[in-house]
This record gives sequence, C-alpha cells and structure tokens, in this order.
Amino acid sequence: MGLVANARGSRAAVVDRPGAVAVAAVLGYLFVDLVVKLSGTSVFFLGVQVLGGSLELGSLLSMVIDGLLVGLAVGLAGIGLSMTYSILDFANFAHGDTVTAGAFLGWVVAYIAAGLGTGAPIAELFMLNSGRQLSTVSTFVPVLLGLVVAGVGSVGVTLLVDRLTYRPMRDADNISLLIASIGVALAMRYLIAFVFGTQTSGVASGGLRITLLGTVSMTDNEVTLLVVSLLLMLAVHLLLQRTKLGKAMRAMADNEDLARVTGIPTERVIRLTWILGGGLAGVGGYLLVLESGTISFNFGWILLLLIFAAVIVGGIGSIYGAMAGGVLIGLVDSLALIWLPSGLTRAAAFLVLIVVLLLRPSGIFGGVTTA
Amino acid sequence: MSAADAVRDRLDELPDIGLVAGFLAGIWAIMLVLALAVGGTAWPNLAAGFIGSVTVLIGGYAILALALNLQWGYTGLFNIGVAGFMAVGAYTTAILTAPTDPAAGAVAGLGLPLWVGLLGGMLMAAVIGGLAALPALRLKADYLAIVTVAFSEVIRLTVNWSGLAEFSLFGRTLGTGGATGISFESANDVAGSLVNGVGAPVAAAFQSVGVSAPNLANLTYGLMLMAVVGASYWVFARLTNSPFGRVLKAIREDETVTQSLGKDTRLFKIKTFMIGCALMGLAGVLFRGQAGYISPSQFRPTITFYVFAALIIGGSGSNTGSILGAATFSGLLFYLPARIGENVPLGTRAPSNIVEAVAALGSLDPFPLVAYTVGNVSTLRFVLIGVVLIYIIQNQPEGLLGHRNEPAASVDLDRSRADIGGESDE
Repeated sequence: MGLVANARGSRAAVVDRPGAVAVAAVLGYLFVDLVVKLSGTSVFFLGVQVLGGSLELGSLLSMVIDGLLVGLAVGLAGIGLSMTYSILDFANFAHGDTVTAGAFLGWVVAYIAAGLGTGAPIAELFMLNSGRQLSTVSTFVPVLLGLVVAGVGSVGVTLLVDRLTYRPMRDADNISLLIASIGVALAMRYLIAFVFGTQTSGVASGGLRITLLGTVSMTDNEVTLLVVSLLLMLAVHLLLQRTKLGKAMRAMADNEDLARVTGIPTERVIRLTWILGGGLAGVGGYLLVLESGTISFNFGWILLLLIFAAVIVGGIGSIYGAMAGGVLIGLVDSLALIWLPSGLTRAAAFLVLIVVLLLRPSGIFGGVTTA
Repeated sequence: MSAADAVRDRLDELPDIGLVAGFLAGIWAIMLVLALAVGGTAWPNLAAGFIGSVTVLIGGYAILALALNLQWGYTGLFNIGVAGFMAVGAYTTAILTAPTDPAAGAVAGLGLPLWVGLLGGMLMAAVIGGLAALPALRLKADYLAIVTVAFSEVIRLTVNWSGLAEFSLFGRTLGTGGATGISFESANDVAGSLVNGVGAPVAAAFQSVGVSAPNLANLTYGLMLMAVVGASYWVFARLTNSPFGRVLKAIREDETVTQSLGKDTRLFKIKTFMIGCALMGLAGVLFRGQAGYISPSQFRPTITFYVFAALIIGGSGSNTGSILGAATFSGLLFYLPARIGENVPLGTRAPSNIVEAVAALGSLDPFPLVAYTVGNVSTLRFVLIGVVLIYIIQNQPEGLLGHRNEPAASVDLDRSRADIGGESDE
C-alpha cells in the first residue's frame, strides 16, 4: 500500500516539477545508451554518434560489483548520519572522522593480533607499517576481532564526543551544532594524524579470488564486506521493527517535546542513536579499508560527502533510505565511468546529490521516518 | 564577571580601527619576539620573514572572512563552498593572464594584464555564485551548506580533470593545467617591482640590516593585502549601513517579515551572494595564487572550514570581528604554533613515532613524548583549532565581537545600549 501511495505521489511530482521530467529523460537516455552499448552497436544521427559504443557485459558486471561494495559500506556508515540528522536535527560533519577512528581502532587491533608471534616489533605493528597484508581467509580471527573492536571502539568515541560536545548544547539550533561538529571533525582527524602520522598504509589485500562469471571475480575480503554489511543491515531492520526503540526513535524524530511528555526517555534514545550510528560507522570504515586495502588519517573525511549524498538521496531520517541511497551513490560513482572520463565520476556522484536536494529535498524514498 | 567579559569590555572601549591596528601590532610584536629568541644575529631577516608571512595569512583570511560575513553574518546564507568560488576566481584570472607563449610543459593563457585578470576573476566568481544561488537559496540553511560544499568539490574536480588541462577555444589554446596546475602573472611580482622601484631607498635600509629581497617583497605583499582588506572593509561598512544592508539584516532576523514588508528577499539574497563570491574569487587569486601558480589541491573544502573558524572566533555579523577573527585564527592558532614547533631545539632523542614516545614513559622519561609532541605541533594545532571552535560555539557563540552585531533597525532599539551611548559614529 505504501508503494501505491508512493507511486501516486511521484506521478504528482512529475506533473508539478518539470525538473523531475528532465532527470527522467536523462536517465532514460542513459539506459537506452547502455543497452545499445552492450549490444555493441552505435546509432548515428546527422553523422554524430548519439548512442552506443562498446561495453563488455563482464566489465559492466565488475563495475556493478565495485559500486555495490562501496555503496554497501557507505550505506552502513550513512545509517548513523541519517539517524542523528533526524533525531538531533543537525548535519554531523564529524561522522566521516568517526568512520576513520573506528577503522584505525579496528585495524590496529587486527594488525597486532595477526602480528603477535611473528617477531615483528610492536611499534611497527601499531603504526600499521610492517608491510603485512591481511585477508579474511588467511587471518580470519584477527580480522574478525578487528571488526568487533572497530564497532565497539567507535561507539566509545561517539559517546565521549557526545558527552563532551553535543550534550551541553542539546537545545542549541542546528547550525550551532553543525559548527560544533566541524570542530569535532578537525580535532578528531588531526588527533588521528598525531598518533598514526599522515601517510597511507597498505594493510589488506584479498587472499583468495573467487571467479563468478568469466572475467568477473571477487576477493574474499570483498565477500566479507558484502556478507557483513548485509547482515548488519538486516539486524538494524529487526532491531527497529521488533523493539520499542524504533518506535521511540520515530516519535523523537517527529516531535521531541511530545515524545518526552509521552514518557519516552529522550536522553536514553539519543544515547542509543549515537551507539547504533557510531558502531555502524566504525564497522563501515573497517570494512571499506578491508576492501580497498589502504588506510589513511583522512579517508573518512573524504568519504563524508559521499555519505551525505547517500543519506540525502535516500531521504534524511530514513534508515532504509540511507542503505538504498548508499548503494545508489556507490553505483553512480562506479557506473559513471561508462559515460564520463575517470576524473569526473566523483563529480557525477556529487551532482546527483545536488540535483536531488534541489528537486526532491525529501529524498527519493522520502519522508522523515526513522525505520 | 568572567575573564572573557572583562577582555570584551576592554575591547569595547576602543574604536574599531584602533582595535584592529592594536591587534595586528600585538601579533607582529609576538613574531618579533620569536625571531629575537631563535634567530641569533640573523633576527632581522627572520623577523621580516615571520611578519611578512603572518601578514599575508591575516590579509587573505580577513578578505575571505569579510566576504563570508556578508553572506552568513548579515544575510544568514550558510555557504560552505568558499573554496569553490575561490577556485573560480583564481582559475579565471590565471587563464586570462597566463602568457600566450608558455614555458615548456606549461599551459598557455590569454596573456592579458593582471588587473583585467583580477576583474575578470571577480566577475566570473560573481556570475557562478549567482547561478549557484538561483536554485539553492530556496533551501534550508543546512541543505544549502551541503549543496555548496558539494558544488565546490564539483568545481575542484572539474578543473582537476585532465580533459580541461588543455583545450582549444576559437583557435586559441587554453586550459586549466589539470592536476599539475597553471602558472600566470604573479601578483607577488607587483610587490617585487615596488620594492625595487618606488621603495628602493627604504628597501636599501632594510637590506643593510640583512633582510633578504624575497622576504621584503613578501612583507610588502602582505601590506598590500591589508590595503585590500581595508578597501573591502570600507565598502562593506558602507554597504551594510545603507538601506540595502538594513534589508540584509532584516532577512537574517526574519525573512517572512521582510517579505511581507514588500522586499523581494530572493533578489537581495542573490545580490549578496554574488558580491560575497566576487570577493572570495579575488581572495582566491591574491591569497592562494600569490606566487603566480595555482593547482586544484589548494582549493580543498578544508580551507572553507578554516575561514568559518576565523569568522566564528571573530563573531559573525561584525565586519571588525571578521578581521580580528582572521588575525586570531591565522596568526595565533595557525601560524604561530607551527613556527614555535620548528624552532624549538629537540636534541637528537625525538622518537619517530608515538609508540616509542609513550614507551619511554614506562621508564619515567617524559622527554621523548614531549619532543614528539613539539615535533608534531603543526598537526596538533588543528586539534587546537577544533577545540577552540567547540569552546566558542558552546560558551561564547557570539565570538570576540559578534555581540556588536548591528540590529536590523536604523534606530537603536536596545535601551541599555542606548544608555551607554557613544557607540554610534553617525
């Protein structure tokens, strides 16, 4: 039923908004072009190639998998951003650095756990520069341990930051909170740089390559990212549907004062929001490093705008929106390569963000509803 | 009364010009003391270097903070795409003034004189700002923030793209230089020619005490930037005290009320946005392109947040506060810690990483950790800036001078302020 209402709503939007029609036309063109490209033919009009070219099905599949993987991790990290945006009503610019913090905590533990007994000096292990590359298959227990520490550690970091920064200013307006989060982001990012330095370290690479179809393959680390992020998304779904927490969060997002009057312990719900969002951000960052293989002090900050894009495209406050928006933005970021030169794909993802904000600020999946 | 209030009351008693001049003199004095402390016999050259660099930084950030103050402090437009508009201005100037016969490997431009380039850069930044503002100003403040920061990244990624590095337009070869950047007529050369031309006698006096020619040119350039700051301040003070400025303040206080008084607030917002962007474009080339070279990595969003930090420290809504904030941020928080860190003799025992530094604590030797901290103070200063930002927004949201936020009315409505009196210079 929700789907029907949604479809009707979007039809009305098309009539009201010529911009949406233009976007649909562009999307339609790109889709036709993709089909023509896959068939290996070209369409010429007045001597100009308007459609087509060549694209192997295999490379398209590889791009889809790449986009999906990055998108899932971004979506996972985006859940927290989306929840704090709707419940505390501010854009948290420190969220990207929470991702970094969680990833560093997790990887230091995984690296030390994997390196103990190999004779590598502890300082080298702590600084993540012994040159060892971890993978899920070859070092399963350390990678799993790191995953747990990334989640738990980033929960600790977020709670500490909330206690020190945001809690004293619960009643402040959303721009003040946004500015405070910029301060938090700066402080956190450079504390990480102070401890770990500013270099990029290679810490992971796939230990096993699984061939899916012809030239299309995935590494064990990529499969881990896929499985863990899907499991966590399912877990979040169950948590919010089967417990009172989800209902309390929806109530808070809607009207905080009313929620408090109804007897919802708002401060506890806020804390749980930070716990859930922070933990998922840390895990998302850890998994992204597992997939990409490298870690540096500012990777979460660079990722932040992509996470914002995911959250806004999905609709602020909607957790399913954040997940779907993450996948969508990940796919845009990787599939844009079909039409655009490699230097511009990230710009395309940001353009999608801008267009969505301008044409449909409530996001594709719409509405401020947590869960 | 807290210490901050006491300081603020003291600051209040000074006229604005005196306040800024005193503040600058104070920062210069600190640099001089630092140079005397670490420079030995070469202190005059070191002092000129420190003072020149800090003046350039203060000038650059002051122009940017003034521009942002017009947009955010007066009109409430939360623009965090400052870096993007700086890039538009800087790249336009660069393309207009780059030599038509460039050195090997460099990108050709149109070879126009610098002043044409500067005007063109400001114009282009204003036009792009206006185009961005048209659809974006309907948005809520935090959405506008995200749109502008995304827009600034789109601009940076576009000029970074190799496809635009060199292209032909109407039979002329132009380009952005892609990731390697672009060289153009250097504004610094103007300062250099001043030092060698009109200022030759003064320059000779400075050089006789050991101040090198580049340091002298840099110092001159800093003073020239301060002149631009002064001119911008004068224009903005006129602008914000005019009927136009009163509408801007009214928009900040309550847009709906302003609309119902018959003002077309969108038009006012777009104009303000364009003026601010033009000045950001000018700062982009004068500040980032001082040496006649720019590259996309100079226009990352980080610089936007530094400008915000400067403005918030100074107090948004006050032009004088913008300049003081820029001086505090760039002089005391950004430049000074790094110079101190560089010039503290660490001996040879400074460890290369934090693990060794912390491990030494086990044997009750705190020196390695201290040495490591001092050696990495250029990283730690950003932590300090972040903490200062959080502190100010929690405890002193109006900044150093934001409480002098001018009211939207042309007559003073605040009785207590009227009693003190003497603040208005009209």
